[in-house]
Amino acid sequence: MNAPVSESAAPAPRGNGWTGVLPVLLAALLFAGFASMLPAISAGNVLRWQAEWVPSLGISMAFLVDGLSLTFALLISGIGALVLLYSNTYLAGHPQYGRFALFLTSFMVSMLGLVLADDLIVLFVFWELTTFTSYLLIGFSHEAEKSRRNALQALFVTAAGGLAFLAGLILLGFAAGTTGISEILAQGDALKAHALYLPILVLLLAGAFTKSAQVPFHFWLPNAMAAPTPVSAFLHSATMVKAGIYLLARMHPALSGTGVWLWTLTVLGAVTAVYASVLALRQTDLKQALAYTTLMALGTLTLFLGQESGYAMTAFATFLIVHSLYKAALFLVVGCIDKATGTREAELLGGLGRAMPITALAAAVAAMSMAGFPPFLGFIGKELKYAGALAVASEPALVAGAVLISNALMLAVAGVVAFRPFWRPAGGPLPRSPREAPWQMLAGPVILAALGALFGLYPDVLQRALVAPTVVALSGTPSDVKDLKLWAGINMPLILSVATFVLGLALYAGHRRLRAALETAFSHVPSLDAGWDRFLQGLKALAAWQTRIIQTGRLSQYLFATFATILLGLVAGIVARGLPPLVPDLAGTSWIHVALAVLLLAGAGLTVGSASRIAAIAALGVVGIGTALVFIVFSAPDVAITQLLVETLVVVLVALALLRLPALPRDRFRPAHAALATGLGATVTLVLLAVLSAPLDRRLTNYFEAASWPEAYGRNIVNVILVDFRALDTFGEVAVVVIAALSAYALLRTTEGTRK
Amino acid sequence: MNSVILRAGTRYLVGLLLVFSIYMLLRGHNEPGGGFIGGLTGATGFILYAIACGTRDARAALRVAPQTIAVAGLGIALLAGLASALFGDAFFTGQWLFLGGSETEKGLPLSTVLLFDVGVYLVVFGAVLTLVFAMEEEL
Repeated sequence: MNAPVSESAAPAPRGNGWTGVLPVLLAALLFAGFASMLPAISAGNVLRWQAEWVPSLGISMAFLVDGLSLTFALLISGIGALVLLYSNTYLAGHPQYGRFALFLTSFMVSMLGLVLADDLIVLFVFWELTTFTSYLLIGFSHEAEKSRRNALQALFVTAAGGLAFLAGLILLGFAAGTTGISEILAQGDALKAHALYLPILVLLLAGAFTKSAQVPFHFWLPNAMAAPTPVSAFLHSATMVKAGIYLLARMHPALSGTGVWLWTLTVLGAVTAVYASVLALRQTDLKQALAYTTLMALGTLTLFLGQESGYAMTAFATFLIVHSLYKAALFLVVGCIDKATGTREAELLGGLGRAMPITALAAAVAAMSMAGFPPFLGFIGKELKYAGALAVASEPALVAGAVLISNALMLAVAGVVAFRPFWRPAGGPLPRSPREAPWQMLAGPVILAALGALFGLYPDVLQRALVAPTVVALSGTPSDVKDLKLWAGINMPLILSVATFVLGLALYAGHRRLRAALETAFSHVPSLDAGWDRFLQGLKALAAWQTRIIQTGRLSQYLFATFATILLGLVAGIVARGLPPLVPDLAGTSWIHVALAVLLLAGAGLTVGSASRIAAIAALGVVGIGTALVFIVFSAPDVAITQLLVETLVVVLVALALLRLPALPRDRFRPAHAALATGLGATVTLVLLAVLSAPLDRRLTNYFEAASWPEAYGRNIVNVILVDFRALDTFGEVAVVVIAALSAYALLRTTEGTRK
Repeated sequence: MNSVILRAGTRYLVGLLLVFSIYMLLRGHNEPGGGFIGGLTGATGFILYAIACGTRDARAALRVAPQTIAVAGLGIALLAGLASALFGDAFFTGQWLFLGGSETEKGLPLSTVLLFDVGVYLVVFGAVLTLVFAMEEEL
């Protein structure tokens, strides 16, 4: 295991000025704006904005606010504001704070765009934006090798998933005949019966599972903890990793209800939840422990999205909010501990309650919610989870078992992270003597923890404001909304809750012995993280190997490969399509055509047969000028002039280059080259004859002839096509000319430098 | 190449070739010619100069680095394409202005199409000279 290292230096006296304050204000304004939409959404309305983006493809900048997206938007902007306020003090005086604030704010805006998008393409754009901004944030401490590596790992895994996701979105848009998400959700039954349903589902799930770190793509998330703690609090608990969950929830009305959906989400969600909560207990770094509990939460949310019952939907909507509140609070608490003591190591920390009473209180309240004790919101969330698990159609006992185990482990981890560091007598020697964090850093944990407690006492407020609209957005029917109640009578969920407390407290009591046992047990399990490194090494080795094979550095081999490929392509085409009868029409042949053919043949023969390079170059020039003459004879003066000039330049350039090469070897007959040249010449001749034997399609020619003067005011059709009708093509070509010249220039300069 | 005759002749030939290259550029819309051919012709003039008097003198006579000319040409071509946005047309739609037109004569035609061709001229001119100068200096 990597020893946890404190990432923050001693508190700096200087603030960050406006760069620190502005993002907080922006996030707070956004939060206020979304909060003002609450009455409308609670009343069951849906708000929608739309602006045309690519009308020819039917893509529009469409945004939708319903219960689901508003819940996410409020979490993102609200936690975003608190995290930005926190960061401003946490990273006070950091030389690159402006950059940090920009990354974090961009991420927040991208995330908001993602959850509000009502068009598949808009959704994808914001999806990728969150991938890139989170890459920048994970790698923010870019001086550290580990930080760069982990950022790249997160980027690769999520971007690979993003590619699959894009393919899935395109298929989905194709199957539904629209990219508008609202329209797609309205035709769920048709989609489920569509032949493309399975490919769409697999591709979308690949995107969602990589983004939300479900087993077996989970390994990047704990590594992403290389990011500064506020980033972890924001991205890796409340928002980014929930993007995949959001997607599953968004697509729930259209795609859920099939066997594949049910089993994939239930099984992978349950496996992730149990596996991650076991691993969470194994961690001694508080931040890592929280990272694994986040995985557990994501697994649980996925599991419930696999179902369709009203209890499962209500459990999803409630636990989504519960988790975001307590997890962000606890991450921020860990940041406070780290800042105050200089370590996050569970075995060192102890007795902080006296020095940091407010932090300790916030931590305790958040942890009670996490552990699921009444009267906190976490208790209600847990009851609903059990109710949802028992309502699972196929295997309620199995699902409830998985939820029970992960909840009990969660309780134990909550104790390790948020109780033990503050209230056990004393730990090891601390790098720094602790003191209470400043108010900017306390605001986040205190407010978030307090919300968890308040909503626990007044669950009906939360139910009306957010949970009910979210459930309606998921299932479409208000009757699916189940009540959020602290006391629902003595029923099965309550019995399971009591079992959770007993098992959880036992696990907490024995967690150090368990940790040691887990350490030995997991030392034999192959690590996906190490596998990732091996995979990358293998990829690099493969690249090096194929480069060695393909890039020999010999020009003649490159040319051979190029021309052999052309030959193969042409031959394949001829074999596949067959040749029309080739009857060259020799009626109009005059002596001048014969003379030109003789000139060209003589030039080619001399080029190949000459013993001196200069003679070969001159003979090559003869071939070129002969070609130019052909163009003149067949009245294409523009092409002829260009050919002539290019030919002249080529002779000059080649003469400059070739004269420096060693003398030609005496015996230079290369059978393979000769065969290739002859074969290519013969094949091209055949193809040209075949082209000529077909009647020429004059539609384009007629159009250009007719339009050149009246529309483009030019009589030279060739030039008018180049600079007007097809100017974009020409622009591409001249761009290539510039790039080629600059690259050649750079290459020549480099070799000059190394030679001297 | 140290030849008095070539050097003496080059002085006149370079000027002629450059004037001719601009002539080729301007007539290109109606007669054989255009930016590509013009640029090649112009470059030939300076290549001749470089062969006769050396690349150092040729670079000095050119004043601006050839790669700068090429990139500037690309920029001009791009501007010519973007200009249509000002008039609300699609990318690279030609915009025309006829100066001093009358009933019978349509006047002096100025257009973004010509500007684009000037860009092509500069790209070809600059790119070819970049290559040739670099090769001559290298070898």
